[in-house]
Amino acid sequence: MEWETVIGLEIHAQLATKSKIFSGASTAYGAEPNTQACAVDLGLPGVLPVLNEQAMHLALRFGVAIGAEIAPYSVFSRKNYFYPDLPKGYQISQFELPIVGQGVLDIEVEGETKRIGVTRAHLEEDAGKSLHEDFQGLSGIDLNRAGTPLLEIVSEPDMRSAKEAVAYMKKIHTLVRYLGICDGNMQEGSFRCDANVSVRPKGQAEFGIRAEIKNLNSFRFVEKAINHEVERQIDRIESGLSVVQETRLYDSDLDETRSMRSKEEANDYRYFPDPDLLPVVITEALIEQARGELPELPDAKKLRFKEQYGVDEETAVLLTHSKDMADYYEAVISASGCEAKLCTNWVTGHLAGALNKDGLDITQSPIGHARFAGLLARIADNTISGKIAKQVFEALWNSDQTADEIIDQKGLKQITDSGAIEAIIDEVIANNAGQVEQYLSGKDKVFGFFVGQVMKLTQGKANPGEVNAMLKAKLKR
Amino acid sequence: MHNQTIAELAKGLQAREFSSQELTTAHLARIKQHSALNCFITVTEVEALAQAKIADQLISDGKAGPLTGIPLAHKDIFCTQGIKTSCGSKMLDNFQAPYNATVIERFNQAGAVTLGKLNMDEFAMGSSNETSFFGPVKNPWDHSAVPGGSSGGSACAVAARLAVGATGTDTGGSIRQPAAFCGITGLKPTYGRVSRYGMIAFASSLDQGGPMTRTVEDAALMLQTMAGFDSRDSTSVDKPVPDYSKGLNDSLAGLKIGLPKEFFGDNLNTQMAQVVEDAVAEYTRLGAEVVEVSMPNINLSIPAYYIIAPAECSANLSRFDGVRYGHRCEAPEDLNDLYIRSRGEGFGSEVKRRILIGTYALSTGYYDAYYLQAQKIRRLISDDFKKVLSEVDVVMGPVTPTPAFGLGEKSGDPIEMYLSDMYTIAVNLAGLPALSIPAGFVDQKPVGLQIIGNYFEEARLLNVAHRYQQETDWHQQAPAGIE
Amino acid sequence: MALTTEEVNKIAYLARLGIDEQDVDSYAKELSGILNLVEQMSSVNTEQVTPMAHPMDQVQRLRVDEVTEGDQRALFQAQAPDVEAGLYLVPKVID
Repeated sequence: MEWETVIGLEIHAQLATKSKIFSGASTAYGAEPNTQACAVDLGLPGVLPVLNEQAMHLALRFGVAIGAEIAPYSVFSRKNYFYPDLPKGYQISQFELPIVGQGVLDIEVEGETKRIGVTRAHLEEDAGKSLHEDFQGLSGIDLNRAGTPLLEIVSEPDMRSAKEAVAYMKKIHTLVRYLGICDGNMQEGSFRCDANVSVRPKGQAEFGIRAEIKNLNSFRFVEKAINHEVERQIDRIESGLSVVQETRLYDSDLDETRSMRSKEEANDYRYFPDPDLLPVVITEALIEQARGELPELPDAKKLRFKEQYGVDEETAVLLTHSKDMADYYEAVISASGCEAKLCTNWVTGHLAGALNKDGLDITQSPIGHARFAGLLARIADNTISGKIAKQVFEALWNSDQTADEIIDQKGLKQITDSGAIEAIIDEVIANNAGQVEQYLSGKDKVFGFFVGQVMKLTQGKANPGEVNAMLKAKLKR
Repeated sequence: MHNQTIAELAKGLQAREFSSQELTTAHLARIKQHSALNCFITVTEVEALAQAKIADQLISDGKAGPLTGIPLAHKDIFCTQGIKTSCGSKMLDNFQAPYNATVIERFNQAGAVTLGKLNMDEFAMGSSNETSFFGPVKNPWDHSAVPGGSSGGSACAVAARLAVGATGTDTGGSIRQPAAFCGITGLKPTYGRVSRYGMIAFASSLDQGGPMTRTVEDAALMLQTMAGFDSRDSTSVDKPVPDYSKGLNDSLAGLKIGLPKEFFGDNLNTQMAQVVEDAVAEYTRLGAEVVEVSMPNINLSIPAYYIIAPAECSANLSRFDGVRYGHRCEAPEDLNDLYIRSRGEGFGSEVKRRILIGTYALSTGYYDAYYLQAQKIRRLISDDFKKVLSEVDVVMGPVTPTPAFGLGEKSGDPIEMYLSDMYTIAVNLAGLPALSIPAGFVDQKPVGLQIIGNYFEEARLLNVAHRYQQETDWHQQAPAGIE
Repeated sequence: MALTTEEVNKIAYLARLGIDEQDVDSYAKELSGILNLVEQMSSVNTEQVTPMAHPMDQVQRLRVDEVTEGDQRALFQAQAPDVEAGLYLVPKVID
């Protein structure tokens, strides 16, 4: 039988606020355990939550970016369950009236554009962390993360393959970083997702029974976990068993998912409006403000790059997948005054290659956009050749000097004095009578030999175009 | 000294007739002398004397305010830094709050002295003070009767002159009912008028702290310090605080009093009704006009309350899980065992009942029928009040259907106990201010008059109540053996 | 509306609330009594009524995004039953 996979994602993006969603404790990552858990985060008796305005603004920004409905009236609810990383015994979340309603997002998979529905996005507080090592059979609880603002972005079950799920997750990842609402750091858990996966016979209208895979924190894991889970479900059905609705955990070491026993008890979250918090009213003015804060979005930027800089789809994707990359690229163009083509080649070629090799992203580039633009300007005005430019690039990468300083210091300036080049060409012709004869008798290949000789004698500093033209004139057949 | 009011004592302190240290020492001695009343869970003798010393300095420096050096005591529901804050529960028997409640902070700023922490029903759930882990408080008028609850320790301490004034909290009548049973003045302010920060939550949308004093004049002085906006409480209202003492003597000519006919039905015995009628008659002599009003939905207050309050408490009390503070069971086998036994051992049976009812009312399949329906009925009751208060200035009625009942008389029957709050609960559902003042005696036990006002009209309420106290001396009576 | 002992046990577990075996019956009886008391709500037609979650029709006030709380771990953990290396210890959490 042919099977169809159905996937919906719940993405958790930590919002880039300085303080927590309901308290004044810091959200900075990596502090000593429980040093950033204040009385409110710890759920001490008598303390009360007060909403961080920035968390609301950032959620709104996301909402307007995906063209979603924004609730004029939004409510926080308590989601009740006991877990040691949840200090109050309930999580403050949103249930009936989330801040962001229905929206859409287009993804591209294998050249096809597909529209994925976003059901809703709501604000909630993150939980703490349980550490299992080193405590003789006990777990240690660190509540530094408790109360960090999260935007939970819930998709429709619109994805039909792990590839689509990854494309969607990447798209959201790019978007939240463009919007400056989340740092997207997946290692630190700032951006993670749960995947709801089911299979059904192709052509069947109703959905199969789904399993929820928790806490996927890399694109690779999302793809592997979904593919593994799909296989597991198909195996079960084909061997006459049924899929159980349950929560599963992906083990990246074993590349398999397993049932989470602790979550298997029938949960009844008993949502109800949090009486410690009042309804949040979103005025038109706030929505307008969020619109005003929107940067150019990835899709628009990609389209503009294609039109304005004449780049192809693949290059446009590469240049716009992060806002930092796109900003760098445009800063280079504007600072160098060079043609876009030269900039594109160098940014997506040498620079991207070198960054990739060292595992750096554009914000960590040892060459800032100004120094990089300095190099490209010297290529464009023929001060150096492309070949010499690679040498200068190396030097830029490893020092703080400008391209001009490097060119001056190392004497890499191209020889533009045609008299000097002519003299060298004459010398080469005079010293290589045999090769001249071969060339004149029709062996075109030998032309390269003369170019090489001239470049060698000029240490590569002659303009290759000029050398070619002059050689051709001198060796006229 | 202990028979004087805050207002009188402040004058004595200013005139250096006595010092705050002397005043404090005298009250500490009275607390010891009357320890059988079981008013206090914790007496903070050392801290109190230190505060009194500082207060005396402030007074001699001419920097004293109206509460400087006045010995007060606080319901053990308010967090007090470094001092046990038990909320009347075994769960928090070992808990020393690491910070002060905003209300405590404000009294400290005002230079008041804290004598200690007062007994109360466990987590403020009760109407008799019998659910306290620390044992019941006795009614100073009749040691075989309850003082009322949940602020029973507060009411008893003020009535027995162990503290000049006390704080209480009122979720369904917990200030007004014990004030009535003990013959003192108790004010529940408008919801949001007094910060809830650091006041251990029972039912967040109903809880409100307020003063419990012997006179209305003192209640105005305490409220002046307690009231005001607090940025740490989202439900605190950012509205200017008027001078509560200024209009106390304003004339009541033309005051319109509404008497809801639903308050005077079969549940109220004739003696109780007579007390209210006599009080109302006093008001007509003062120039007030009386009209009968109707609040058709008020009989639904108890059902709505006994869903909303337990639902909120079921979540509010989840944080007591034996992990970060409070009672933890011995040698838990696993995580669930830790939760189940710590909570099972830490909470008493009334708290458990309410957590269970609340959990049930919020659970899948029951939410709409119970919780949502209760919230809608809450709206109906609130609308009844709005309508009536657009026609009259204040509503008057009884505080309780009977005077203080006997210790143990109702503790075996939770529903019987719940019904004793029938006149007070609706006010909390609507979030209105209301107070109870002594208005007479039935069976040699004090009985209160309830006065309910419009939102944020505490000053008007205090004025109405104060004028009554100018004409009567019910509030000046002291229980036998207390002088 | 009567609650069975089974239901009481189920709710008690949801609330992680230990109840003595011998008390379950009386809890069932008392809770059923409370449910009977609140039953009269069901006769009221509230179709057109907006639920009231708060006494005041107010709007949530917002806090400026600033770090105002410093490290108070030592103070807070002085109240904790079991801590090690700055962590709150609990019986092993099983995922």
